[in-house]
Amino acid sequence: MTTAERTGTPSSAVEAPVLEVRDLSVAFRTEGGTVSAVDRVSLDLAPGEIVGMVGESGCGKSVTAMSIAGLLPGSARVTGSVRLQGTELVGTRESVLRRVRGKEIAYIFQEPMTSLNPVLTVGRQIGEVLQVHERMSGRAARARAVELLSLVGIPSAATRVDNYPHQLSGGMRQRVMIAMAVACGPKVLVADEPTTALDVTVQAGILQVLRDLRDRLGTSILIITHDLGVIADVADRVVVMYAGRVVERAPVTDLFAFPYHQYTAGLLSASPTPGVHAGTQRLQEIPGLVPVLSTQPDACTFADRCPAADARCREAAPPLEAVRPAINDHVAACWHPCPAPRTHVEEATA
Amino acid sequence: MTPQENALELEDLVMHFGPVRAVDGVSLTIPRGRVTALVGESGSGKSTVGRCVVRLVEPTSGVVRIAGADVTHLSRRQLRRHRSDVSIVFQDPAGSLNPRMLVGDIVAEPLRLSRRRLSRRDREARVAAELGRVGLRAEVARRYPHELSGGQRQRVSIARALISEPMLLIADEPTSALDVSVQASVLNLLADLQRDIGFACLFITHDLSAVEYLADDIAVMYLGQLVEKGSREQIFARPAHPYTQALLSAAPVADPERQRQRQQVLLGDDLPSALDPPSGCRFRTRCPLAFDRCATEVPAQIEFGDGVAACHLVQPDGTRPDVRAAETNEVLS
Ligand SMILES: Nc1ncnc2c1ncn2[C@@H]1O[C@H](COP(=O)(O)OP(=O)(O)OP(=O)(O)O)[C@@H](O)[C@H]1O
Ligand SMILES: Nc1ncnc2c1ncn2[C@@H]1O[C@H](COP(=O)(O)OP(=O)(O)OP(=O)(O)O)[C@@H](O)[C@H]1O
Ligand SMILES: [Mg+2]
Ligand SMILES: [Mg+2]
Repeated sequence: MTTAERTGTPSSAVEAPVLEVRDLSVAFRTEGGTVSAVDRVSLDLAPGEIVGMVGESGCGKSVTAMSIAGLLPGSARVTGSVRLQGTELVGTRESVLRRVRGKEIAYIFQEPMTSLNPVLTVGRQIGEVLQVHERMSGRAARARAVELLSLVGIPSAATRVDNYPHQLSGGMRQRVMIAMAVACGPKVLVADEPTTALDVTVQAGILQVLRDLRDRLGTSILIITHDLGVIADVADRVVVMYAGRVVERAPVTDLFAFPYHQYTAGLLSASPTPGVHAGTQRLQEIPGLVPVLSTQPDACTFADRCPAADARCREAAPPLEAVRPAINDHVAACWHPCPAPRTHVEEATA
Repeated sequence: MTPQENALELEDLVMHFGPVRAVDGVSLTIPRGRVTALVGESGSGKSTVGRCVVRLVEPTSGVVRIAGADVTHLSRRQLRRHRSDVSIVFQDPAGSLNPRMLVGDIVAEPLRLSRRRLSRRDREARVAAELGRVGLRAEVARRYPHELSGGQRQRVSIARALISEPMLLIADEPTSALDVSVQASVLNLLADLQRDIGFACLFITHDLSAVEYLADDIAVMYLGQLVEKGSREQIFARPAHPYTQALLSAAPVADPERQRQRQQVLLGDDLPSALDPPSGCRFRTRCPLAFDRCATEVPAQIEFGDGVAACHLVQPDGTRPDVRAAETNEVLS
């Protein structure tokens, strides 16, 4: 990367990012007209970095993720830039994309049950990926499938390789999906709500697998979730989306300790904290509904629900920029950011 | 305590669907006006317990008592007398509201079904009041469910459940399908209404943080059976069963520094099946502390403090190992 992004580059990205997304916008043609789903989203993934993406239902997380992996339907109009190790993916020919997809960028869906083929053993399904992308022989692919299954923590992998999906629990199926996704050693793994359908004891195991992949193979991971606990657990950096836009981006500890955007602050105080809300304190609510994105090009999309909004917020969209010059990897798009606590200012200048 | 003071009593409740042993001997009491949370893994039988209580299904064996009355095997007609005593809110607000009915008619439906006849005006007034109580404007009555957001729809189903002023509310994962910020408003609403109206509640969930916020008591289910019961304070401060301990340690907290310092217990995810539950203790195939006896002998319910736990390692004085401690053979008391 030659020119630094105006909004600042993450300090952790000392090496060139594996994935660079710039001003990505996605609109869908529907019968009722054009629906804008993603509006000028930018983000980076450094090698071996785990970036978490949070935001309200319908704010464009999955559409962003799918456009990175090139999985959107034909009705989607994608503009902007997605570069994988310098190679532009937006507007690239399908034949080139097909090679990238599955090999360089892998995608894990929320629903492991519906995305596995019920009539093939898991070994066959993983094997097929390897035979297509790596030109492996059937024997070699099967042996590699067993290795991959143990890599994702499936016990007795040599037996499990011959199981059909319905013979596995939800957690094990999600592990199989991950094994399939990482079969070709992708540079980037996009995990869209990989644990939402699972209970916490199984979720903890899956998150451990993702961390292991990063540590052992250096895979960069974009993980999408509703659950701030999951973000707190695995993410290095966090991207907060609201109504199609990135509204805040920060290293994980900064984001939780010093949220700048009023929406982020609302989100953080809305989730119950064990030990704090024990039958006494009320949970914080964010009043109002998420707006339709395309109606507010020249305003802060959060203004209608924001406690700090004034006339300016309804007249101009705030740019995404470093809230304090000293902390350039923490950016927010807010005219009236939450005041930073004293300690933060001291830490930043120390 | 006399039975009438209990909103709900379950005695050795069993519900088998053919070979599937969905619920296998659950005993539970909810006193009037108290909230009991039923937590546990997906597929452990929580919803089935709820469906037995509202008698959407007829239990295989055991007893279901509502306000002291045995409703276990009552026919549909006989159940009508008890219908206004107990209501249920389902997990998926979209799927449980009739898309072709106006919100006002949906909320009024329990009134039509009850034996008390109300004039149309009275009914509309009750509906408007009920919508107001759950934080919706009266105009919402003239809309269809698909014209509302997820959180608004869940409020509608709460209004429908509460309009008959039930003594017992079954809330089956009422917030799982919702966003964090919408979840908060529904949980606040349930807490407020429970305080104002004083209904008893069986709150079914896998979200332990929501449990801590709302529940007086907690019951933990694993593969069709209760492994532990106790007050909220006791379960959170001193969980006794290894599964409860693992659940508490696995729920991530939304605080990166705290979350990353925590000791997590990683259980295998080779979940046993309700078709063929393991012998002895059903948790033993995933339990880090399992030993020989766990495979051969079903653990008894050990009473201690204000709760019970079914584990061979729990002593009557409440002493038990903690799987969350680094030294797993260290015994806490
Ligand atoms: N194929 C499509 N055609 C038209 N609109 C679409 C299509 N796919 C998504 N959208 C719209 O784009 C917006 C963003 O959707 P997206 O699935 O990215 O949300 P999300 O943030 O992933 O939400 P959730 O948390 O509920 O999964 C939504 O308003 C959605 O209705
Ligand atoms: N009508 C039915 N016929 C056959 N099996 C059933 C039926 N209803 C439930 N089961 C089975 O009973 C077991 C318990 O299901 P239940 O829905 O009560 O679990 P749960 O604890 O509510 O799970 P979740 O957290 O996923 O909602 C599961 O194995 C389920 O597949
Ligand atoms: Mg999504
Ligand atoms: Mg259920």
